[in-house]
Amino acid sequence: MSVLVTIGALALVALWAMGSYNKLVGLRNQVTNGWRQIDVQLKRRHDLIPNLINTVKGAMEFERDTLEAVVAARNRAVAASGPADAGRKEGELSAALGRFFALAESYPQLTANQNVRALQEELTGTENKIGFARQFYNDIATKYNTATQVIPGNIIAGFAGFKAAELFEITSEAERAVPSVDLSLKKG
Amino acid sequence: MNLYEQQARNRRRTWLVMVVFVGLVLLLGLLLDAASYAAEGLFVPVGTIVALMYSGSTAAYSYFKGDRAVLASTRAVDLASAMAADPSRLAYRQLDNVIDEMAIASGLPRPAVYIVPDRDPNAFATGRDPGHAAIAVTEGLLDTLSREQLQGVVAHEMSHVRNFDIRLMTIVAALVGAVALLADWSARGWRYGAFGGSARPSRSGRGKGEGGATALLLLAVWLVAIVLAPLVARLLAMMVSRQREFLADASAAELTRNPGALADALEAIESRVEPTTAIHQGSAQLCIADPLGRTVNEGHGRWADLFATHPPMHERIDALRAMAFEKR
Repeated sequence: MSVLVTIGALALVALWAMGSYNKLVGLRNQVTNGWRQIDVQLKRRHDLIPNLINTVKGAMEFERDTLEAVVAARNRAVAASGPADAGRKEGELSAALGRFFALAESYPQLTANQNVRALQEELTGTENKIGFARQFYNDIATKYNTATQVIPGNIIAGFAGFKAAELFEITSEAERAVPSVDLSLKKG
Repeated sequence: MNLYEQQARNRRRTWLVMVVFVGLVLLLGLLLDAASYAAEGLFVPVGTIVALMYSGSTAAYSYFKGDRAVLASTRAVDLASAMAADPSRLAYRQLDNVIDEMAIASGLPRPAVYIVPDRDPNAFATGRDPGHAAIAVTEGLLDTLSREQLQGVVAHEMSHVRNFDIRLMTIVAALVGAVALLADWSARGWRYGAFGGSARPSRSGRGKGEGGATALLLLAVWLVAIVLAPLVARLLAMMVSRQREFLADASAAELTRNPGALADALEAIESRVEPTTAIHQGSAQLCIADPLGRTVNEGHGRWADLFATHPPMHERIDALRAMAFEKR
C-alpha cells in the first residue's frame, strides 16, 4: 500500500516537473524570438540609411558634418560585435539620426519632398519598431526571469540550467540624455 | 477583469450566441411544422429540418466568414491595393508601419489591413482569432489623426484582437445581418405565395386550399420573424458588454505607453459628429466610436445599459488622461 502511495507521489512530482520544464522552454523560446525581432528591425534601419542620405545629399550640401556623422554611426553599428556593443552603437546611431531630422526641419524644400517624407516615415516607423520590439522583449524576458526565480520554478530552472535573460537597457549616454531646449530670449 | 478572463468570457459568449441563434430559428421551424400538422394532418418536419440546416450553416458561416461579410458590407478595400492605387499618399505608408509596430508590441501576427472609403473618422477590428484578424480604418481617420494618435487607435484595435472581442462581435454582427435577411426573405416569399400562387390554377389537383394555407403559413412566419428580428438582434448585442472598450483603451495604453495620444484621438473622433454611413447598425459594436452617433451611449442606467453599444466617450477620455497623469 505504502509502495503504491510512494509511486503515485513520485509520478505526480515527475508530471509537475515535466510541465514546469516545458513552460520554461516555451518562455525561453519566446525570449529568443523577441531578441531576433529587435535584430530584424536594426538590420532594416541599416539598410534604409544609405537611401536617405543619397536622397537628401544635394539639398543638404551645407550640413555635410551631420550627414557624415549619421553614415559613420551607421557603419560602426553594422560592424558592432555582441549585444552590449551593439546596444551602445545603435544608441549612438539613434542620436545621430535624431540630430539629422531636427536639422532637416529647417529645409522646407526637403520636408515638402515626397521621397524624403516617405523615407522619413520609413525611418520613424523603424525606430518605433525597434522600440516596441525592445519593449516586448523586456516584457517577455521579465516574465521568463520571474518564472525561473519564483519558488517551485527555480528548482527546475536550477537543475535544467535555465539562465536569467538579460534585460535591454539604454546603455549609451547620448540616448539617455533628455534633449535640452533653450527658450531664453537672447538679447543681441 | 484581466486579459485571460476577457478571452475566456468571449469564447463562452460566442458559443452562447450561436446556441441562442440556432435555438430561436429551430423554434420558428417547430412552430411552422406544428401549424402545418394542425392544418393538413400531414407530419413531415420540413420546417424543422430546413430551420436546422439554415441556422447551422448560418452560424458556421458567421464564425468562419463573418469577417468577410462585415468588411464587404462596409465596401472596405485592402491596404495593399489602396497603396497601389495612390502610391503617393503618405498616410497609407504610415498606417502600414503603425500596424507593424503594434503587431510587434503585442507579439501577435500582423493582421490584414483595410481602408473604408468614408469621410467620418472611425475604425474597427474583425475576425475570429489573432491568426485570422483584420483591422479597418476609414479614410477620414487617416485624414484627421496624427501619427501618434493613429498608433493609439491601432493599439486599441489590436487589443480587441488579443482579447477575442473580435470573435464575439463579428458573430453578433453577422447573425444580426442574417436575422434581417430572414425577415426580408419571408416577406418576399409571402408576397409571391399570396399573389403569384393564387393567380395560377393549381396543377397538383388538390384544390385551391393549398395555396391559401401556404400563404397563411408564410404570413405567420413573416410576422414572427418581423417581431423577432429586432428582439434577437437586441438579445445578441446585449452579449457585448460596454466595458470592453475601457479594457481595450487600457491595453492600448499598455502597448504604446502613450495614453494621452489615444485620448487626443478619441477627442478628435468625437468632435466630428457626422455618422459613419459606410458602417451599418449591426456592426456598430465593432467600432472604436459609435458610427451612428447615438446619444444613448452618453448615459447610464438600465435603458442605456440595454441599448448602448459604447460607454460614454468623456469617461473613456478621462480614464486615459488619468493614466497619462493629465488633468482636464
